Order: sequence, then C-alpha cells, then structure tokens
Amino acid sequence: MILVKLPAHLRKLARVSGKVSLELEGTVTQRSILDALEARYPMLRGTIRDHNTLQRRPFIRFFVCGEDWTHEAPDRPLPEAVAHGKEPFNIVGAMAGG
Amino acid sequence: MQVRLLVGTKKGAFILTSDEKRDRWEVSEPLFGGWEIYHLKGSPAEPQRLFVSQSNGWFGQLIQRSDDGGQTWEPVGNEFVYQGGPATHQDFNGTQQPWNFKRVWYLEPSGTEPDLIYAGVEDAALFRSRDGGLTWQEVEGLREVKGNLWQPGAGGLCLHKILIDPEDENRIIVAISAAGAFRSDDAGKTWRPATRGLKSPYELPDPDADVGHCIHNIAMHPSRPDVLFMQKHWDVMRSDDGGESWIEISGNLPSDFGFPIIVHPHEPETIYVIPILSDSEHYPPEGKLRVYRSRTGGNEWEALTEGLPQNDSYVNVLRSAMTVDTLDSCGIYFGTTGGQVYGSMDSGDTWKPIVRDLPKVLSVEVQVLP
Repeated sequence: MILVKLPAHLRKLARVSGKVSLELEGTVTQRSILDALEARYPMLRGTIRDHNTLQRRPFIRFFVCGEDWTHEAPDRPLPEAVAHGKEPFNIVGAMAGG
Repeated sequence: MQVRLLVGTKKGAFILTSDEKRDRWEVSEPLFGGWEIYHLKGSPAEPQRLFVSQSNGWFGQLIQRSDDGGQTWEPVGNEFVYQGGPATHQDFNGTQQPWNFKRVWYLEPSGTEPDLIYAGVEDAALFRSRDGGLTWQEVEGLREVKGNLWQPGAGGLCLHKILIDPEDENRIIVAISAAGAFRSDDAGKTWRPATRGLKSPYELPDPDADVGHCIHNIAMHPSRPDVLFMQKHWDVMRSDDGGESWIEISGNLPSDFGFPIIVHPHEPETIYVIPILSDSEHYPPEGKLRVYRSRTGGNEWEALTEGLPQNDSYVNVLRSAMTVDTLDSCGIYFGTTGGQVYGSMDSGDTWKPIVRDLPKVLSVEVQVLP
C-alpha cells in the first residue's frame, strides 16, 4: 500500500481527508503513483501533470523521505520506505505567491 | 422572485442573493477559496445549472458544474486540446509560438440546450461541450482566420467574449485580445473577421488590418442581434449589421478607453460604459468612479455618479465585471478591482455598494429566478 499526501486544494477537490492510500503492482515510481492516483480520482487529472504530455505542472513538487524528487526521472524507482507505505509520497504546491 | 449575482474574484467565487427589491443582499461564504474565478455563469435553459471556470498557477484549470444553483458542485471536463488550425501564433517579440492552453476566460451556455456550452480560452480558441461540460472539443475553423497573426494583449491571447444570437444559435460572435472580432453564421464551421471600420493606429499601422485589433468587449441586445456595441482598447463602437462594419460612438466620453460595455435590457438604444484614463492608467479620470450612459445608442453620454465615489477612486472594472438584470426597473451591477460590487436598481440613476471588501472582482453575472 502506498500513501500519498495531497496539498489542501487537491484534497478538497478529491473529497478526501488525510493521506490517500493506493494499491500498486510492480515498481513504485512517480509515474506509477500518479497513474494510480488519477485513475482513482479522475478529477485530479490535469492538476498535477499535463493531460497530454504528462509533464509535471511547473509549480508542483514531489518530496520523498525528506528529499526533493521533483526533478528525478518519473520512472526512477522510489525508496523502499515509500514502496512499503512507511513514508508518504508528498505532492506539494511550490512556494509561490499570488 | 430571487435575484442571484454570480461574482468571480481573484481568490474565489461569491453568490449574492436578494429578493426582487434588491435592497438587502446575502453574501455567500467564498466558493473555491484561493482559486481565480475568471467566470461563473448560469444556463438560461436551466437556471439552476451553473458553470464555473476556476484556475490557479499551481493546479491549472478546472471546470465545475452545479445543478442546484450553487449549493453543490461537481468537477467536469478540464481537458482542452487544440485540434486543427495554425501551429503557431505571433508573440510579443515577433516570433511564432505554439498554441499553449492556459485557462478558460469565458463560459457561454446555450440559451436553449442545457448540455451545450461554449468556452473561450487562452491561448485564444473556442471550445464547445455538448455533454454539459464533461468533454470539450475545439470549434476548429476560428483559428484558420489568420491565427498565425494573432498576438497577445497585455492580459494574454484570450478569447474573452462569446455572443450567441438568440434568434439563430448558429450565429456566433467572439472577441479576442488582441486578434479582433470574428463571426460565424454556421455554428462555428466557418468564420470571418468582423472588424471593418475599426481603427487602431497606435497598435496597427495598417489601416485596413482585419485582425490584430484589441477588442475589450462586445454587447448585444437580444431583441436586435444585428446591433452590436463594442468597447475597444481605445474607442467605443457600434455595428448595425451584425459586426460586418463598425462606426465610432465615443462622442463626449471623458476617455474612450475601458473594458465593459452593456445594453439596457428594455431599451436597446441605452448603453453603459465605465471609462478609464488610458491603456496604462487603468483607473477613472479625475479619481471619480463614473458610469456613462447613452440613451441614444452612443455619441451622447451622461455621467452617472450618485452613490459612486467621486474622489480618490482609482479602481478598474474588468471586461466581464458588469452586467444587467431583466427586472422591470432594471438592475445594473459591476465589480471593481478593489473588491466592491456596486448596484443600481433604477437603470443607473443611483448606486449603492452591495459588498465592499471582496478580493479583486474578475466577473459579475446575474440571474433572475422565479
């Protein structure tokens, strides 16, 4: 089981509170988590990554086990702690005013 | 009878409700707090059906729909994929840039079909949904009209107004900053510029240019769809042939720069604008917030000031932030960049603030409900 922590606006949009838990098969990566997340919560499509290119939106960050994984390759395997649900995959709105 | 104002702001939407007297208003809690609400509009065919365009820099564009007058909302489709048309448009620096979807500026539900709705987007294109907003398809022919020459205005390359002829919904007029006005007579299959007579010498050296004009807004009276009124970047204009040709009607306005323009619901020759000083000085001349009314279809304008601040007022009223209701004693409403929403319940003779301290107001629409 994978745990995903969403920013407040997206928790509200997906109508969830706390962390989201997802079941994944195979290697756990940014891409596999986001694919599973969007499949379960279709209203999140387009809010984290572009509909077509699947590129991360510019002001979205991915934090994992205290490290910034934003610029890592989307298919790079995530740490075991995330794959085993001990640590969440954090999706964060970047610091930006407005 | 209930009057419902739908107010989009920089940080959320607000629904303001009153009875038909319109002297006491209830202001909702923020809806979609923290999101920019470029537009919020009800379906004339099914007035409890509302559509909202919400976006922000972090999470992009969402469209939500309510079928109970705004009490509950459901996300619908937010995928806007450009089809045909030219691959690139002109940028500020003269280079050609690929079309890149940024946000939805304007939503126009059909007057007769609850599931049919149009969306005007940035980078400029027109989209249509036939399933109540679940999916969107580009109305492809529009960008074929010299789209490679379109370029952004200061606010972006945005399609910000959609007018549907209530007598023939195949006739559609759209306005784009800074590309111009375009008309279709076949439900969007083919388009042509609707700009003859517009002069933009400061922005367009070619006096005969048919695209590139910075249209700020266009208004139509439903009883006379061939008569159109336009607030251009500079100049207030009028067309009596559905946009085929335009004449200037700025007359005695203190400035012919502004954003909104509206028509009185019962007097098709009575129109309203809110002049601001210039393209860079987006505030009223002399610090006086004045609505100008012409009862002669233009050229002769009177200042409407009673109840509006007449000193130290330096707010702007954005292009979609002014509207009229359809009650016998016509209500006029506008929202400012300072967060005030003003209303007049006597066709503009006197004004009162309905609410003073909202975030920057981006759009105002009104519904009259039985």
